[in-house]
Amino acid sequence: MTTLLIADHDNAALKDATAKAMTAASALGADVHILVAGKDCRPAAEEAAKLAGVAKVLHADADEFEHQLAEPLAALVVSLADGYGALVASATTGGKNFMPRVAAILDVMQISDISAVISPDTFERPIYAGNAIQTVKSNDAKKVITVRVAAFKAAESGGSAEIETITPPDADATSSFVGAEIARSDRPELTAAKIVISGGRAFQSSDNFKKYLEPIADKIGAAIGASRAAVDAGYAPNDYQVGQTGKVVAPELYIACGISGAIQHLAGMKDSRIIVAINKDSEAPIFQVADFGIVGDIFQILPELEKAL
Amino acid sequence: MKIIVPVKRVVDYNVKVRVKPDGTGIDLANVKMSMNPFDEIAVEEALRLKEAGKAEEVVAVSIGPAQAIETIRTALAMGADRGILVKVDGPTEPLAVAKILREIVKAEEPGLVILGKQAIDDDCSQTGQMLAALLDRPQGTFASKVEIDGDHVMVTREIDGGHETVKLDLPAIVTTDLRLNEPRYASLPNIMKAKKKPVDEKTPDDFGVDVTPRLDVIKTADPPGRTAGVKLESAAELVEKLKEAGVL
Repeated sequence: MTTLLIADHDNAALKDATAKAMTAASALGADVHILVAGKDCRPAAEEAAKLAGVAKVLHADADEFEHQLAEPLAALVVSLADGYGALVASATTGGKNFMPRVAAILDVMQISDISAVISPDTFERPIYAGNAIQTVKSNDAKKVITVRVAAFKAAESGGSAEIETITPPDADATSSFVGAEIARSDRPELTAAKIVISGGRAFQSSDNFKKYLEPIADKIGAAIGASRAAVDAGYAPNDYQVGQTGKVVAPELYIACGISGAIQHLAGMKDSRIIVAINKDSEAPIFQVADFGIVGDIFQILPELEKAL
Repeated sequence: MKIIVPVKRVVDYNVKVRVKPDGTGIDLANVKMSMNPFDEIAVEEALRLKEAGKAEEVVAVSIGPAQAIETIRTALAMGADRGILVKVDGPTEPLAVAKILREIVKAEEPGLVILGKQAIDDDCSQTGQMLAALLDRPQGTFASKVEIDGDHVMVTREIDGGHETVKLDLPAIVTTDLRLNEPRYASLPNIMKAKKKPVDEKTPDDFGVDVTPRLDVIKTADPPGRTAGVKLESAAELVEKLKEAGVL
């Protein structure tokens, strides 16, 4: 049976998470259709049609999908579920929000945050903040899956799937969108960046956080991340948080500055290819996972690093 | 308005868990157990709404082994009014938990159910959304702010890229993110008082819910390990090494 991948997008464009989830969806072995539900989201649907391996794109355009509210989106996915053997979404804040709703309506136990596909019904997923990897087999007839996007490579482009417009079912609205504050940045998205530079509590203020990290990030095209301690202290916005309960990243290079390396933080970055730690405490646990470490004061080392780049 | 807060007994936040050598799961013998940290935030939020005059009663519910009574007592010591313990031996999957909660919600008719956004043991992040779906009610997940406004609740949510605010019809389901509040500690007098607060004991059969797991756990393994690398003396040396590794 065919697999339905529900796209992560902002109407104007497809998010990188969709291309990564596409790789996991393809690994199930069946044809993959992609659902792009939004408002004026034709550009995102056209991008989805270009992903390699996509057999068809379903395009649903309506006011209620503009902000990806869980209630109408889940109702739409459920209305399409009959034709599919597996429903897949990325485990971003979007997929995590609506997908369990879909699973419950279908009476399916969702498999959350898979990091590998072993067979069409068996998957690996991290538990306990990534301190253990569980292999689970689903006994449900239909699979509902969210994908840890950092664990999969993005699908290539080069496809040219047809785009079919679908009409969503009517539903009573019990929720409505009021507003959003989305940070606009020219830097790459945290979960898609090839290089991530993160700061911790050692920065002592949001001014220092910007002053010492931004010039380096801009020089090497890095995204900026933060530890929970730095976010809790108000040095960095919440969406910078890397860790068990924040974002999971696996860039080519991760530079942890003034971060001690609590297990919850390591859970969000330890699959990075190269890890660098800069910390004045030579005993900090972050050094146990770092390929390269410098013991020293970030306020001295970071300006030197910027110069050396 | 009544608020229901489901609370889960999990391995304490500070414990570094160990995988059993035979790969059958996590070694839980003699490990400190606590209330799931996100559920503490949920209890705190419910108590604050009660203290602000927006709610009259806070009911803590736990679904798990007999020892989950301790988790309910923790919620009662923080200030919840009464508890419901649904005893389940063996694993509890979010779908079964949501089905039991649905029956409790039908009987108790709360205005709000506040849950943690995820449990730090299985990291599923499903129960709140599933409960909302089974009740056909709106959901405000990953909340960093919750305001009751007449027949509605305004929920500010932490999402990729920033925040968004949604307005939900009551009754509604809210799941908590880290920065919603800072949970209080229970005082000794309140811990003593909590022992006298009523806790109902139930089983899944009382609600007609089959808790047989849908997922078979085939094995549990250690994650791929990393070993400590080299310590360098200067930023210049670091840049050189990173260029050699091809990441700069």
